[in-house]
Amino acid sequence: MSDCYPKRAANLASRVLRGQAIVMNPVDSSLFSLNETATVIWEAADGRTSLREIVEREICPRFEIDPESALQDAEELVRSLAAASILSPAEESARE
Amino acid sequence: MTAATARESVNIVIGGTGIEVISGDAGFLEMLHRQYADFVARDACPSIRLEIDVTAGPEAADAVDDDAELRVRREGNCWNLSRGDFEARYDPGIRRGVVRQSANRHSIDSVIRIIHTLTLANDCGFLLHSASAIRNGRAFLFAGRSGAGKTTLSRHVPPDACLLSDEVSYVRKSGAEFQAWGTPFTGELGTPGANRAAPIEALCFLRQAAENRLVAIGEPEALQLLLTNVLFFAHDAELVARVFDSAGEFVARTKAFRLEFTPGDRAWELVR
Repeated sequence: MSDCYPKRAANLASRVLRGQAIVMNPVDSSLFSLNETATVIWEAADGRTSLREIVEREICPRFEIDPESALQDAEELVRSLAAASILSPAEESARE
Repeated sequence: MTAATARESVNIVIGGTGIEVISGDAGFLEMLHRQYADFVARDACPSIRLEIDVTAGPEAADAVDDDAELRVRREGNCWNLSRGDFEARYDPGIRRGVVRQSANRHSIDSVIRIIHTLTLANDCGFLLHSASAIRNGRAFLFAGRSGAGKTTLSRHVPPDACLLSDEVSYVRKSGAEFQAWGTPFTGELGTPGANRAAPIEALCFLRQAAENRLVAIGEPEALQLLLTNVLFFAHDAELVARVFDSAGEFVARTKAFRLEFTPGDRAWELVR
């Protein structure tokens, strides 16, 4: 999971307000409110950057957390966002 | 324009958008004149035209099946609207539609609301399940589901405020800010709002409580609450996304509060 390349699902509506993303799936109007950490991952989830890179570059410096703990939390977050179908954890980078 | 010609159609202008309702049923048009009294414009040019095919007699005028499913679906370039008491087809490209319904005032009211939501979705606006009023030249919105207190608050509007609606507010971006317009869409109060508009000062989410209090809420919470109160009926991902964007922009530009209030007029002291 740590080497996955999270990517935001297509055709979602989203807006980041005060560091917190509100995401809507316009097909069924389901609404998701992401916390600050999830928002950082969500914004960085371009399908080309690995989860490990996102954690090292975006999460650790911002939240002053050790990389291993941060990675575990990030993996859990990605799983829950993937379960909600608003993000997909691809095994290969989209840049290839 | 002669009197006879005027009775063939009624131009109902809400939020600056005129819908000309055309029918050969004089009684139906007369009912519209009464229902939308202050929103009927005789001189303004309508931008939307609806031909009404009135199919049943006045005995059906007030009947509505609350369990009937409302469907608003795109088919090609047109929208098909249907519920147990009406069927309609609306072409937004030419802004023309046909409606088949009885003389039921609730049916045409629903069709008009739906068409406004479709139009507003492309115009940075939305209909909001909220009461609204103008005070000191600025509009205040009081959002909440049924039972939240919209009617209660509306009943106690002070003399220096002007009620825009006790149930459904019309919100649209105008220039750099959002404005609220009065609507004839009524809730329990049964009184149409004033046909006026003003820039929006604040959005308040209602909660009945033991004391009157105004609590500021953050933009993320405001957006979530706002979206639960936006009226939108179409099953169309593209338009739903546009409404989401409009709501997001609205929240970023508008102060939002939770208005905790007790029944009575004291809550209005907080709304100035």
